Amino acid sequence: MRFAAPATVEEAVRLLGAEPGHAKVLAGGSDLIVQMKTGRVEPDLIVDIKRISAMRTITAEAGGFRIGACVPCLAMEENASLKATWPGLVEAARLIGSTQIQGRATLVGNLCNGSPAADGVPALVAANAKVRIVGAKGTREVDVLDVPTGPGKNSLARDEIVESIHLPARSAHSGDCYLRHTPRTEMDIAVVSAGVFVTVDGAGTITHARVSLGAVAPKVLLVEACSKAIVGTKLDAKALGALAAAASAACKPIDDKRGTVEYRTKVAGVLARRAAETAYARAKGAK
Amino acid sequence: MSNIHVTTTVNGDVMEFLCEPDESLMDALRDRLSLTGVKEGCGSGDCGACSVTVDGRLVCSCLVLAAEAEGCKITTVEGLAKGDKLHPLQQKFLEHAALQCGICTPGFLVASKALLDRNPNPTEHEIRYWLAGNLCRCTGYDKIVRAVVDAAAELRRTA
Ligand code: FES
Ligand code: FES
Repeated sequence: MRFAAPATVEEAVRLLGAEPGHAKVLAGGSDLIVQMKTGRVEPDLIVDIKRISAMRTITAEAGGFRIGACVPCLAMEENASLKATWPGLVEAARLIGSTQIQGRATLVGNLCNGSPAADGVPALVAANAKVRIVGAKGTREVDVLDVPTGPGKNSLARDEIVESIHLPARSAHSGDCYLRHTPRTEMDIAVVSAGVFVTVDGAGTITHARVSLGAVAPKVLLVEACSKAIVGTKLDAKALGALAAAASAACKPIDDKRGTVEYRTKVAGVLARRAAETAYARAKGAK
Repeated sequence: MSNIHVTTTVNGDVMEFLCEPDESLMDALRDRLSLTGVKEGCGSGDCGACSVTVDGRLVCSCLVLAAEAEGCKITTVEGLAKGDKLHPLQQKFLEHAALQCGICTPGFLVASKALLDRNPNPTEHEIRYWLAGNLCRCTGYDKIVRAVVDAAAELRRTA
C-alpha cells in the first residue's frame, strides 16, 4: 500500500485516476481505517485529502454555507453562525461516535461511506444540501440524496472526490431538527432516524417542508408524503398524525438484532413527529 | 511497502520516525517513539485508551495513520506533567482513586484535559458526554467524573 497527501484537488483526482489498483480517499479515516484493519478493504493507494486547504474550511456562500470535505464534525459546532442557522444538522454531526471520532470524522465521509444509518445524512437531505464533486471530467453539483446508492455504496466514479457540501440560503422563518433512536444515548448506531426542515409564514402556517428518514431502507429516504401532510398546516394534532402515518408507510426496513421491522416502522413515525415539532418551534423563533 | 519519513512535534519536541504506510499513529507513538502511555484497548476507535491530541484536537490515535501526522503537533499523556510535578488532573485522579488497573487512565487524562481546555467549568453531564468514548472496565466511572470536577475547580482557582 502507498500513501499520498496531495496539496490540490486536481492532483488528488489525477492520483485516483492513474491508480491501476484499488484507491481510497482518506478524510477523517474513522470508517476507512477500521475497514482496513478488519480486512474489509485492502487499498493499494490511500489519498489523504486533508492537505488540501480549501477542503478544510467552512465559508459563507450564496447566503448559505460551504463545508469542506475535511471539516471534522466538532468544527461545525464551533462555527457559531452555522450552529445558529442549522442547529439540527450540527446536532446530527455531534451524534456521530465519540468526541474523539467527531474530532476527525467528516460529514462528507459519513455520506460517502454509504451507511443507511449514517447520522449526518438525513439532516443533510432535509436541508436540501448539494455536494460538489470534482473528477477528471470536471466538476458537478449533485443532490446529497443521489450520493449514497445502497449500503456501503455511492455514485462517485473512481476518479471523483466530493470536495464540499453546500447548504442553501434559507428564509428567516425556518428550522431544522434531527433525531435518532438508539438503545444507548451515546456511542451507538441509529435504529431509526428522522430529519425535518420546515419554513413557516407570519401566521405560523408551514409553507415548505422536507422530511427524511434514516435506517429504514437501503439508503436515506426523502418522503414527499410527509411534506404534504404538514404543508399548509400549523402542525396541529391532525397534521402530526398524518405525518407519522406517512413516515411509517414509507419505511422498508430490515429486521435485525437492533430492531424488528414492526418496531422500526412504528418508531419512524414517532421520530418524524417529534423532529417536526422541534423544527417547527425553531422556525417560529425558539432557540 | 516502502517506509515513510515523518516529522512531528510530540509534547513540544520535534521528533522523526520511519513508518509503514498503513501503520497507525498509535503504533508509531508506542513502538517507534516509546511513548507507551498511549494504550491500545480495541484498535478500532471504541475505547479511547489511545487518545492523543493532534493539532489541538482530541482523536483516537488508532484511527489515524502515522503518515497523516507529518507536520502536526501531538500531545500524549507523557506531555501532561511538568517535570516531576503532576498535572492537576493526574493529581486528582490519584486522590480520588479514579483508576484501578490503569489501562484506560492515559486516555481519560488526555480527553479530560481537552475538555477543560475548551470548557473550564463543565457540568457533570457535560463531562460524562465528553468522555462517553473512553471506556473503563474497573472504576464504574463515578470516581473519574469526580476527579475531573475537582481538577477543573483546582485549575480555575490557580488560573
Ligand atoms: S485503542 Fe484506539 S479507541 Fe481503543
Ligand atoms: S482502571 Fe481499569 S479500565 Fe479503567
